[in-house]
Amino acid sequence: MLENGSGLNVPNRGEEGDKGAAATSAVANAPSLDTVCEGHHVVLKRDDVFKAVQVHRKRKIIFEKQWFYLDNAIGHKYGTTFEVSIGGALQPRKAKSEEIEEPNEAGVDNRNIIDDGKSQRLSRDDIEALKGQGLKGQDIVQRLIENSTTFRDKTEFSQEKYIKKKKKKYEAFITILKPTARIMAMMYHCREPGKICHLRYDTLAQMLAFGNIHAGCKVIVVETCAGLVLGSVMERLGGYGSVVHMYPGSMPIRAAMENFGFPKSFYDHLYDFPINKLNSLLSGKFSAENETLQNQTKVELGEGNRSPLSTQQGDGVLCAKTVMDNNQAGETEAKDVACEDTENKETNADRKSNVEERKSKQEDRLKKLQAAAAVLQERNADGLIIASRLYPSPLLLSLLEFVAPSRPFVIYCQYKEPLLTCYADLRERGGVINLRLSETWLRGYQVLPNRTHPKLTMSGGGGYILTGITIAMDRDKSVASIPEPQEFEEALAKRQKVEDSIS
Amino acid sequence: MCEFVGCQSSCIPFSKMSFLEYKDVIQSGDTAIVFLGHDSMFAIKVQQGGATQTKYGAIKHSTDLIGKKYGSKITCSKGGWVYILHPTPELWTVTLPHRTQILYSTDISMIIMMLELKPGSIVCESGTGSGSLSHAIIRTIAPTGQLYTVEFHKQRAEKAEEEFHEHKVDHLVTVKTQDVCKEGFGVTNIADAVFLDIPSPWEAVRYAKSALKIEGGRICSFSPCIEQVQRTCLAMTEQGFNDISTFEILLRVYDVRTVSLQLPDFGTGDKNSQDTPADDVSQSKRKRYADSQQGTIQFKSGVPLREMAGHTGYLTFATKYLS
Repeated sequence: MLENGSGLNVPNRGEEGDKGAAATSAVANAPSLDTVCEGHHVVLKRDDVFKAVQVHRKRKIIFEKQWFYLDNAIGHKYGTTFEVSIGGALQPRKAKSEEIEEPNEAGVDNRNIIDDGKSQRLSRDDIEALKGQGLKGQDIVQRLIENSTTFRDKTEFSQEKYIKKKKKKYEAFITILKPTARIMAMMYHCREPGKICHLRYDTLAQMLAFGNIHAGCKVIVVETCAGLVLGSVMERLGGYGSVVHMYPGSMPIRAAMENFGFPKSFYDHLYDFPINKLNSLLSGKFSAENETLQNQTKVELGEGNRSPLSTQQGDGVLCAKTVMDNNQAGETEAKDVACEDTENKETNADRKSNVEERKSKQEDRLKKLQAAAAVLQERNADGLIIASRLYPSPLLLSLLEFVAPSRPFVIYCQYKEPLLTCYADLRERGGVINLRLSETWLRGYQVLPNRTHPKLTMSGGGGYILTGITIAMDRDKSVASIPEPQEFEEALAKRQKVEDSIS
Repeated sequence: MCEFVGCQSSCIPFSKMSFLEYKDVIQSGDTAIVFLGHDSMFAIKVQQGGATQTKYGAIKHSTDLIGKKYGSKITCSKGGWVYILHPTPELWTVTLPHRTQILYSTDISMIIMMLELKPGSIVCESGTGSGSLSHAIIRTIAPTGQLYTVEFHKQRAEKAEEEFHEHKVDHLVTVKTQDVCKEGFGVTNIADAVFLDIPSPWEAVRYAKSALKIEGGRICSFSPCIEQVQRTCLAMTEQGFNDISTFEILLRVYDVRTVSLQLPDFGTGDKNSQDTPADDVSQSKRKRYADSQQGTIQFKSGVPLREMAGHTGYLTFATKYLS
């Protein structure tokens, strides 16, 4: 279903969405989507390094061994580059007019350059003193060049390299960007590959394309990649369609997804469903389970409040966070209640309301769970994406039950072997065609005049994916354990061909 | 059939755009993929009264396809059968009629992600070529985005336009017949992303810059030769693009096979022979091997294909920041 009506409003509604009450005034003053506002999730960029943060006033940010405040960035357009000045204030970078003047003199080779450790006349203390005076990075680099006895003898190329290296160290330019799947995937792959099962961004790109993820899809996502895959899928849905996030354990972990800063409306059709309820759903016993379920959610809620998601954020965010949780349920009335309740909690008052809050939260969760179960039980999902640290084959075999025929599915695994098993199990099950096990290699290049070559280091592995397309199962015959004659013939012919080509 | 714009009468109500949205049932006018085997599929246009020949015999559209579900097994006239699949840009890429060299899904995936495309994005592309990338872009930016594609070859441009119409995506794409290196994309300050796949992309970089929004955007250029990349990167630097990075992405496909390797015969006919060294480890190993059938070991392996695409092209990406 293409929800044109609600969907078309997305860009407008977007801004205020998940920012909580604090940001609304700022938003009112700056209606543009392209302006940094308090409460926004943004990405800081310095050279090739990214960091995702939420914008708050008077909050110290530490990034690449520097600290600063984002206060001055509020109201500036995304894509603006800032320079860190004394006291951690950000100043928009001025136009690049004051470039370091390149000396004309340069050596031809390094036959007379001797490494005696004395080529730099400024000592470490001198440099620290310069910094202490609040000298700009650019000027420090200029001083370093002037005080380098060997600089003039270096070749043009190594002079350039020297300047580049020093600039990187002393000039701190920070660009503020909007989060996107590209940036988040590159950031996580670089900073915390362990949290995303070493899923490299090109592999993620393959998954999104081969999963044919687009607006209007109903996608099942199993992931333990901190929410990166979920966030990327949601970005491609653009608020149209729905996602069911299947998660192991008691709570879905989605720190990366939250960093995307999606508008509130994107959460309307985000469902989550615990993997440990899958069996009861498949056997049709799910709804009868409600009673025990309620008890379980009580426990889950208790854990939920202490989940890493909430503890990572400061107390101030707690309110906004709760709002977001409730947005996922799509319950607007509950939002106010929850917000109030959190305030109460902050003042440590009234236990009664705490109990009530718990009760309403519990009911919300139950409703959400039932909604997710209902969405799954239609058994007409448009796609399935798996990227987790769980053994993939059982997941895939169970979840394919919920996917409509002629739909693509993609399973990611850091290792090849479990996907070999998957492949064999799928063949046995039937109901799928066009299976392909693949991997991509990504090679970066340095492109500079007369110095073009592949980058010296590249990523060793970005994982493997198994892709395929579902087809209608033959319900009449015993569920496809015996290969169909044609398929069998083809397999035989293929094997013959392979053997021929080998011999 | 709905061959004419504005014709509503013979359309089934709520007929949807098949490349943009999944539907369950095959209808007249749909593009569908006939799947015969892994490396053997082709696209057909489903038409009342139409017929398609396969090596398993004929498929009659009216009786065999229309009204059936996508993903069904279709029995052909000679008794063999095929599967009929819903079209996707990825399937279209391997079945489309080539008018030029095309981009394949490995590169396409990377281009779409690194250009940060999503629903609502405005994209400029040149050249249109055979429309392989165009379909993937349209899929991603629908339902609110727009693709402006420029192709200087008149016949190709017309053919592409025809296909977009046939696939019911023409409302999301504008095809212009002009030389992007001389006349640009014909739009200014509206694009979120620009893609170039032309022989001399450096000549189009300035037009790419002016097509991009004031607040900035992403650019990608695809070139097979490093000299082209070199010149393009220079042009990008001159035009003030930042974060210029060049990649090459290679696809490795693995054949899943059960392999059996024969154990070496050491001539140990007598199992109780005292001649061989008999420490515990080797004994247990020997025992394990002895269990396997007829002196062979079996295992599952992902075997790389005998040949793979070693190079398609270099992908150069860059960002235009707010100036």
